[in-house]
Parts: sequence; structure tokens; C-alpha cells
Amino acid sequence: MTESVRVTVNGTAVTVRCAADASLLDVLRSDLGLSGPRFGCGSGLCGACFVLVDGRPTASCGYPAPAAGGREITTVEGLAAGGLLHPVQQAFLDEQAAQCGYCTSGMVISAVALLRARPAPTAAEVRQALDGNLCRCGAHQRIVRAVLRAARAATAGGGTAAAGTAGAAR
Amino acid sequence: MTAGAAAAATGRPGGVLPASLAANPLLRDWLDFAADGVVTIRSGKVEFGQGVWTALAQVAAEELDVDLARVRVAPVSTAASPDEGVTSGSRSVEDSGSALRQACAQARAVLLGAAAAKLGVAERELRVRDGRILTAGGDTGLSYWLLAEPGLLQRPAGPQLPVKSAGAWSVAGRSAPRLDLPDKVAGRPRFLHDLRLPGMAFGRVIRPPGPAATLTDLADPDLPPGVLAVVRDGSFLGVVAESDRAAAAAAAAVAAAARWAERDSLPDEDHLRDFLLRAPAEVAAVARRRDPAAAARVSRTLAAEYTRPYLAHASMAPSCAVARWDEGAVTVWTHSQGVFPLRRALADGLATDPAHIRVNHVEGAGTYGHNGADDAALDAVLLARAVPGRPVRVIWSREDELAWSPFGSAMLARLSAGLDRSGRILTWRQDVWSGGFDGRPGAGGQPRLLALGHLAGGRPMAPAPDGPPAGSVGSTRNAVPGYDIPDLEVTRHRLQAMPLRTSALRSLGAFLNVFAIESFMDELAAAADADPVAFRLANLSDPRGRRVIEEAAALAGWAARPGRPRGAGAGGGPRETPRGEGTGLGLGYARYKGTAGYCAAVAEVEADTDVRLLRLWLAVDVGRVINPDGVINQVEGGAVQSASWTLRERVRFSRSRVTSVNWDSYPVLRFSEVPEVTARLVRAPGEPETGAGELAQGPVAAAIGNAVADAVGVRVRDLPLTREQVVKAIEAG
Repeated sequence: MTESVRVTVNGTAVTVRCAADASLLDVLRSDLGLSGPRFGCGSGLCGACFVLVDGRPTASCGYPAPAAGGREITTVEGLAAGGLLHPVQQAFLDEQAAQCGYCTSGMVISAVALLRARPAPTAAEVRQALDGNLCRCGAHQRIVRAVLRAARAATAGGGTAAAGTAGAAR
Repeated sequence: MTAGAAAAATGRPGGVLPASLAANPLLRDWLDFAADGVVTIRSGKVEFGQGVWTALAQVAAEELDVDLARVRVAPVSTAASPDEGVTSGSRSVEDSGSALRQACAQARAVLLGAAAAKLGVAERELRVRDGRILTAGGDTGLSYWLLAEPGLLQRPAGPQLPVKSAGAWSVAGRSAPRLDLPDKVAGRPRFLHDLRLPGMAFGRVIRPPGPAATLTDLADPDLPPGVLAVVRDGSFLGVVAESDRAAAAAAAAVAAAARWAERDSLPDEDHLRDFLLRAPAEVAAVARRRDPAAAARVSRTLAAEYTRPYLAHASMAPSCAVARWDEGAVTVWTHSQGVFPLRRALADGLATDPAHIRVNHVEGAGTYGHNGADDAALDAVLLARAVPGRPVRVIWSREDELAWSPFGSAMLARLSAGLDRSGRILTWRQDVWSGGFDGRPGAGGQPRLLALGHLAGGRPMAPAPDGPPAGSVGSTRNAVPGYDIPDLEVTRHRLQAMPLRTSALRSLGAFLNVFAIESFMDELAAAADADPVAFRLANLSDPRGRRVIEEAAALAGWAARPGRPRGAGAGGGPRETPRGEGTGLGLGYARYKGTAGYCAAVAEVEADTDVRLLRLWLAVDVGRVINPDGVINQVEGGAVQSASWTLRERVRFSRSRVTSVNWDSYPVLRFSEVPEVTARLVRAPGEPETGAGELAQGPVAAAIGNAVADAVGVRVRDLPLTREQVVKAIEAG
């Protein structure tokens, strides 16, 4: 049994047909061809598949696609604007805040949601906000630094204006 | 190090070529200038987030005098890459870096020779700037790309040429941003899991419930539309479908229709020590030196046992592979750490010629040794065989990833040592019980791919080899302490049973051996009433080792920590007196493999029965460094992963099944639990480069164990240092 779901993904309204029990992750990857949200566990326990659903970081692997109807979905691909990376993405490059990078999309999504709610978080708040995102390579410390750096850049540069101004070289 | 190896490492003229280059001598196999303005380099070493491609690109840019931005690293494939075996053992920069450096030096000489001939000047009058050829008079108009006619590098490497000394480096030796990260932060397709090929179908494998289970019956499954094939061969079950969704639904239907006979084949998880000590084992000498005079001066002897459980790779991404079965040719896309050994293993398993198989590497998530990547490749081939001509992608479930990827073996180390009255270590005995760590495809001449044991007529996988006992490629890695001990004997007990499949996991036996040795060093220090740092320095003459210990201690403010009395316990055993307020500091040290990089770590914990790791300080000496930030990243990551193993991780199982199959039952350290890590490079530019990926594993574990003992006054000798184990140690003490 399939349903027709109308949903906004990264600013574009799309209609997809999917089974009632299809996950949002599967629709994003298989039907919409996105690669940013990643399959890690299928149980919402690792954060690799996080996307923003109406601005809230959400495990898309356990989120039924039909429930996304009428909602706004943002994946890591939808964060860059005007050819510039989002300050959080840029900060991940500036801090070289990854090893394998498989968890990066989900980390970036959680961080973006945090900074929207709390533009100047403490390191402890960043750790708390990212606690549902697992990293197996041990890049945690760099990731926390990157989020704090993005917060500083956004505050100093007035929102997303700071994006892309810093070089990747350290 | 032999004279030849030393010459290879430094690029001394006339020395022996680096081994990888000698084995793959054609210069064109290592680099080409086919694309205008671009240098394409090829290596047999694969990227899995450790940053090796960036380091190799730096090596090439440096030796060729081109901008780093011009260097591209070609994907690794059996069709085009030099065969450098497996990307493992922290040897990539050492092996591939030295080969590539020499290949680039030789290519540069060939190209400069061609320029000199064209210009009618002596080669020594030529210089290179970003690939352009200059003389004292300025730009000659020539460049590598104009000079590199097809076929020019189609020649074998000649005698060793001199390479740039580290002192002259301008690209290597400086931190460079990773080449792979821009795609990863943007979410662009980069991983094998993102690969989409025309006509691709989707497969799933339905694994048995446990290692010894066999398929007894398959009822007619209620299959969804879109299923292309159900593959049943012995106890191997798989499905192929038009979509990933249909494949998942079909796999669930087949799983529901399958009946298995389960068998109790696993040891009692709560008594792993008994299993390790009682299982049949092959006993072999690892190291032995005798000094009866020293042994006669022993005034005090201590003994202790340390254990680690089975550990899982627990990669963030489940294993994945794509395969296409064409008439007489098989193509595989894999995140295996060794495309050439995998090709040989697949050919062996399928009874075909390796020439019929092409294996392409595509990045996967971080891998920390031999995980399920190779097994997934065979799964994909077996399913692709059912739909010839169509690529089939197989992805494992999280549950299968945690249950079926090979584990790092459980281990037990039994140590005893004798001290003289001044606190010098005179004798040391170390016995190590372990399963094998060398279970990769092809090890012991066997393909060692999971599904081969499930196919009809397939035989169970033999216990994993462990390398020669005196080598350092298995459980005996770092089994021989690096201290100045006159009388020493180390013995390996390699298990001849493999109830749970074991293979290479980051640092191999070093994780437990260093945890054991360095925990024991603290116990010996307490017995000698000595400060742990001072005790180590008094028994260690290696200046590079001493330096990292001193540096780590200084970083952590070791000397300034509150004093704590130490003294011998009443029963002759060590008594470690707790520092107040439930916090403790501990140090661990090792030279990785006894021959590679040096690392000392200090941990600060807050502990009662629960252990909270607050901070880690590390000092490392890995010789010459290509990418300092890359090294720091690897050291930090290794430290955090080791902390996770040390504090949390343990593969759980019943008598018939692995039960730790999700992140709830196999917890890894989270952001709120990860310590602050400070890693410092101790510079040693005159020393050959060594890997940085594994050297923190043992020292960090020991540092945490020693800090816990410092905080609670009780020695916990069984990993992981969970509340349960701490309580057990307190009760036993």
C-alpha cells in the first residue's frame, strides 16, 4: 500500500509515493537521491541520519515518511546558502573536525539546531546537544570546538554572513 | 633497523629501494601527469578517515615541487594501483610514503633530464617551481606537463636517488587540511553507501541467529513485489530486489520463514578467564633473556593478572559492498582495507582466477582493523551471481555489523616481576593468552570470508592465525616491556578454539599488553614506595621514551599534584593509597610495537564506583611528521576510542548468540562522557616517520586504570572499568 506525501525538502516542495511504513531516511536517500542523511543503525540511536523536521533535529531512520507530510525537512545539503557553506559546516572544515566523516552530517544538523536555539552555547551545552550523535573515530573534541567556533563566527559576523570567510587551512 | 632499511627510509643514494616501490617498480604505477596541471598519485593504501591520502599528497607535492592543490589521489583499485597489501599496522606513511617519495624523486629526475636535453643545459642548473622548469635566467616555458610525454614514466625505478631532507620541506611537515573533508561536511556522495550505478539492484543477507546455527527449513516466504531473487545455499540466505525498501521487506519475510537449529558454542561470558586459560592453546616463546646474577638479587616478587573482553569495531556505518557478475568477470566495490588480498580471497572462495575479478575501493566509515567490509564484498558477489549483469548493493544491518564483524580477541596477561631493594626491575615474566589477531582474508592461506562457512559444503573458519610469536603482528604486540630488564621471558598461548571469530582490531594485543604492563608498573612502583613517573624513568634508558613520559607528566602537572603517601601492603602486595576527594591521576607509556612511535598518556579521573574520565594529556614522538594536525587528530581519536574500550566496551553473548547488537547493548563513549584531550607532538625530525593511529590505545588504557587505582585505592585488573568491575575489585580487595 502506498501513500502520496507532499513535503518540503531543502526549500523545494516535492511529492513522493511511498509505503505507509517507509522511513523518511529511505525516501530522502532512495527517492530523492540525497546522500547527506546516512544510515547508521536504523533505531535512532546514533544520529547519523539526523535531519531537521520543522527545525527540530530528528532521526529520519525511525520517522515514518507519511508523517513528514506538510512539514519542512532540511538535510545537511540544504544548509549552504548563496554558494557558501553554513557557518557550522565551515567551522567543521576550519577545525578539521572529523575523521571518517560518516557521522558529520548528523553532527552538523544537531549543531545547527542548537545554535538556532542558543546562539552562544557553552562547551557543556554543546556536548549535551550532541549527546545523541555518536562518533566512533573520537573526533568529539574537535567537533565541540567547531560548534563553538561557528557560534562565535555567527555572533561576530551577524548570522550567516560569516560563512565562508575563513580559510580551511589552520 | 637494518642498514638497507635505514637507507631506504632516508633515501640515501645507492640504498635499497623502499619495499613497496621495489615490489611495484613502474614509476607510472605511482604517478602521472596525464591531466594538464594535475599530478595524479596512486597508492595501494586506502583512506578511511585517517587522513592518509592528504599526507601522501603532501609527500608528492614536496618531492615534486608542485602546489598541494595540484595533487589528486587516484581511487585504489586492483586494476590500476600498486599492490601494497593491507592498509594496516600504522604503516601507510612509512611504507607508501617512502615509496611514493622515491617514485616522485625519480620521476622528477626523469622529467628534468628531458628538460635539460631540450634546453641544452645541465640538469643541475634547473629548478622547479610549482611544476614549471626554471633556470637562473627564469621560466623556461617548460613544465612537467609539457615534458611528460606518454610512456616517459613507463619505466622501472632506478637506483635509489636522494630525496629532500625534512629540513628543506615546505609542504610536508606542515598541517594541511584534509582533502576528503569538504565533501563530507557538505553531505556530498563520497561513501560506498552513496554509490549509485545504472541498473543497480539491492540485496540483503539473512544471517543465522548465532555463530553455530544452521538453516534447517525455509517455508514459502510472503515476498513483497519487486523481488528479483531469493538465494539459498546451505545456511546462506539472501534476497535481491529492485529497491532497497523491497530488499529490506523481502529480507524480513525470508527471516520469518527461516528455521534454524541453534547450538551452544560460546563460552560463559561471565567466566572468560576460565575459557582463556582452559581452551587448547599453542604455547610459544616470544622473548627470552637470562641474567642469573640479576635474578639472584631479587628481594621482592609481585604477580598479577589482567584481562580484556572481546571488543567490537562498531564502525558508524554498517558494512556495505556492490558487485556485478558478468560473463567471466566480477567487479566489486568495497571499503575493504586491502583490495588485493580481498581479490585473492574472493578468487579462492569462488574457485576462479583472480584475473577475472576487479576490486575497487570506495570509502566507507572509519574502520579500526578487519571489520565486515570484506565479508560484505563476498555477500554482494554471491547475490550478484543470481542477477548477472546487474550491480547489486548489499548493506548489513546494525545488528549484523555488531554480531558478525570479527572481534578483537579477549585476552589474559599474567605478569610477575622481581625487584631489588632499590626498586630496579630485575626479572619479568609475562604470559599472554589470546585468540588470533590475524584473521584477514588470505591469512594462513585461507580466504576467511564469512559466507564461505555458511554455503553448502562450506567448512567452519579455522581459528585465526596470530603471526609468528616473536613478531609483533598479533596478540604479542607490545608483550615485551621496553624497560631495562635484565632477565625476561614472555610466552604466548594462542587459543586453538575460536568460538567467536577474531581478527585485527586497532593496536592488536598492544591494548591489553600495555594496560597490563603499565598497570603492573604502578603496582611495582607502589611496592617500591616510588612515584610512578620516577619509577619508570629509573627503569628506562631509551631517551625518546623518557622524553614523552616527562613531557606528558609536565603537561598534566604531575609534579604539582597533591602528595599521597605510598607504601607496601601488609600481605606483601602493593597498597595504593587514594588521593582525597575521589580524583586520581595515572600515567601509561609504551613505544608502539617496541620499534615505532612513542606515547605517554596521563589520565585524570573522578571515581568512586563509577568512573568519570575528566582529562587526558598525551605526548607522542612519531619521528618525522608529514601532517602535524593529521597526527594530532589520529592521536586524539585513538585516545578517545581507547577510553571508550577501557571504560565501556564489552561484547556480550549468550551460549549461542552475540547479544550486544545495538548501541544500547554495545555502548560507546558519548559527548557528555568524552574527556578533554591535550595531545602534544615531541619533535624528532631526524627520526624516520612512524604511524600515529594506534600508539595511544595501550597507554591511555593504562593511564585510566592507574588513575582509577589512584582515586579509589583499589586496582581493577579486568577491563572494562565499569561500575560492576570496580565494585568487584573493591569486594575482592
